[in-house]
Amino acid sequence: MSESNQEGRYGIHGGCYIPETLMTEIEKLKESYAHYKDDPEFCAELDRLMREYAGRPSLLYFAKKMTEDLGGAKIYFKREDLNHTGSHKINNVLGQALLAKKMGKTRIIAETGAVQHGVATATAAALLGLECEIFMGKEDTIRQALNVYRMELLGAKVHPVESGTMTLKDAVNECMREWTKRVDDTLYVLGSVMGPHPFPMIVRDFQSVISKEARAQILEAEGKLPDVVMACVGGGSNSMGMFYEFIKDEGVKLIGCEAAGKGIDSNETAATIAVGREGIFHGMKSYFCQDEYGQIAPVYSISAGLDYPGIGPEHAYLHDTGRAEYVPVTDDEAVNAFEYIARTEGIIAAIESSHAVAHMMKIAPKMRKDQIIICCLSGRGDKDVAAIARYRGIQLSE
Amino acid sequence: MSKIREAFNNKKCFIGFLTAGDPSLDKTKEFILAMEKAGADIIEIGIPFSDPIAEGPVIQAANVRALKNGCTLTKIFTMVEELRKETQVPLVFLTYANPVFNYGYDAFCKKCQEVGVNGMIIPDLPYEESDEIIEFTKKYNLDLIRLIAPTSEERIVKLAKDATGYIYLVSSMGVTGMRNNIKTEVDGIVERIRQCTDTPVAVGFGIHTREQVEKYCRIADGVIVGSAIVNIIAENGEDATPKISEFIREMTGKS
Repeated sequence: MSESNQEGRYGIHGGCYIPETLMTEIEKLKESYAHYKDDPEFCAELDRLMREYAGRPSLLYFAKKMTEDLGGAKIYFKREDLNHTGSHKINNVLGQALLAKKMGKTRIIAETGAVQHGVATATAAALLGLECEIFMGKEDTIRQALNVYRMELLGAKVHPVESGTMTLKDAVNECMREWTKRVDDTLYVLGSVMGPHPFPMIVRDFQSVISKEARAQILEAEGKLPDVVMACVGGGSNSMGMFYEFIKDEGVKLIGCEAAGKGIDSNETAATIAVGREGIFHGMKSYFCQDEYGQIAPVYSISAGLDYPGIGPEHAYLHDTGRAEYVPVTDDEAVNAFEYIARTEGIIAAIESSHAVAHMMKIAPKMRKDQIIICCLSGRGDKDVAAIARYRGIQLSE
Repeated sequence: MSKIREAFNNKKCFIGFLTAGDPSLDKTKEFILAMEKAGADIIEIGIPFSDPIAEGPVIQAANVRALKNGCTLTKIFTMVEELRKETQVPLVFLTYANPVFNYGYDAFCKKCQEVGVNGMIIPDLPYEESDEIIEFTKKYNLDLIRLIAPTSEERIVKLAKDATGYIYLVSSMGVTGMRNNIKTEVDGIVERIRQCTDTPVAVGFGIHTREQVEKYCRIADGVIVGSAIVNIIAENGEDATPKISEFIREMTGKS
C-alpha cells in the first residue's frame, strides 16, 4: 500500500494528480519551498521586491461616492489594480520567480487567459533574468492581440495553443506538457491556487499578502473588522489571497463571485461551484464543470481570466464547510458593474474584478450603514476596454 | 498469475495502443483483432478524454476525433464485451483519472472485470494517490500498471515493489509521440527495476521503428507502440486495417 499522504489536502479536495514524470520535480519544489518560505534572506528579498518594485502595500480605498449612491454598507476596495503590471498576479509571480532562481532554474513557463498572469510572469522574468515562455489559448490571443505584444515586449515567447477549446484550460494543459518535456532548467509558474500540491498552497501563501494588509488597514481605518470580504473567483487566486487572513475571523462573511457567463442555466457558463461536480483534473481533486462521462466541459465567460472549468481545492473546501459563499454573476451584470465603477469612482477595473463589484452592488444597499464591505479589485481594466466596447456594439479602431 | 503477466511467459511482448472510437468503435474492434493477428501480445485501449495532458499531438488528435464521433465509456464497455467473444488477447485500458472517478472506482473496476478488461493505466494517478483505486483493482483482479519515468530516480524502489502486470517504462521526457532519438539510458533504469521486482518491464514513448523494437526488447521485456499506430489510423481512417497489420508484422518480425 502507498504511504498515507494527507498534506496538500483540503477536506477531500486537493492532492497531486500528475504524471510520474513530474513527481520528482514536484517533490523538489515542495522541499525548496519548505526551505525558502522561512529563509530570512529569501523573505527579505521578496519583501523588498514587493515594496520597491510591485508597489506594495496596495491601497485600501474608501469608495465614498459608491457608498452614498448605493445607500448601504461602507464600501472599501483593495486596490490590487494599482500594483505594477496592473493586477494581483505580480504577488505570486515575484515569489515563484524568486523561488525558481533559488532552485537554480533559468527558465519559467506559465499559462495565461486574461494576460494578467502572463504579463506578470514575463515582467518577473525580465527583472530576474530568466527565460520566459507563455502559453495562451489561441482564442484568447485573438481576443487580446495587444496584450500578446506586451508580453513579447517584455521578452517572453508566446505560444498560441490550438488544442481543445483554445482557452485557459488548454493553456494549462500545454504548460503541463511543456513542463514534462523540460523540468531540469524550468519551473512552471502556476498562476492560480490550483493544480497539484504544492501549487495551491504556494500561490495562496504568496497571495495572502492581500488579506494581511487589508486586515491591518481596515482595523486602522475603522477600528473593527469588515462584515463582508469579497472577490471574483476563476481558479481563485485573488479571492484566496483576499480571504485567507479573514478565515479565522468567523464574523467576517466571505463571498466568491463566479463567472456565470450567459447564466448558470445556459450552456455558456464558467460558474464551477454552481454547476460543477467533484472530479480530478489539472493535478487536483476539486469541483469541475464536466459532462455525464467526466469529460471536462467547454466553459464560457466574457472574462478570459475566469473562463476556467474548475476552482482551486481550498475554495472547494471553503464551500463544503460553508465558510465561504459562492455566487454566480453573469456577463451582463459584470459589464454593468464595469461601467458603473468607472463612472462613479473613476476606476476602470478588470472585467474579472467587475464580477465582484456587480455582486457588491446587489448586497450593499441591503446592509446597514455601519456595516463594512471590502471588495478586491484584482486588476485594472485597460485590457478589457475594447471587449466592453464590442459588447456594447461600438466599433473601435486603434 | 494474471493474464497480462502470462503474456510475458518466455517471450518478449509487443504491446499495441490505439484510441477507442477513432474513427468508430466498430473499427476499433476490427483494428484490435487485426493487431492481435499480426503479432501484438497485449492491447492498450485509450479511453478518449477531453484533456489528455500526457499525450502528444498525434494521440491528442485521436482523442478529439473519437469524442467528436460520439465515443463514450458506456459504448467502449459494450465494444469490449463484443470483442471478448472473438479474442482472449489481454486488454488494458489507458484512461485519465476523471472518467474513472466520475464512473465510480468500484463500479468502473467491476465493469472492467465483467466485460473482460485485464488491467488499467491511469497516467494522472501517481503512486501517492493510487490508494483510492487499488482496493478495487485488487477486488476485481485487475492489474494497475505503474509508470516509471526517466526522472523517477529514488522513487523506482516503491513504484516497482507494488507493480502488477507490467511496468510501463517511459523512455523519454515529455508526452507521447514518435521519436527518432531516445536519449534516456533505459538499460540503467531497467537494471534498477530488476533489483526490486520480477514484474516485466515494457518500454514505451517514442517507439516506431523495427530497430527500436529490437533494441528495447533486448534490454527490457517488451515494447509499447502507440502514436505510430494511431498515426496510421489518422492517415487511413476506416481503411487502416491492412496498414496496421503490415506495420505490426514489420515491428514484430512475424511476417
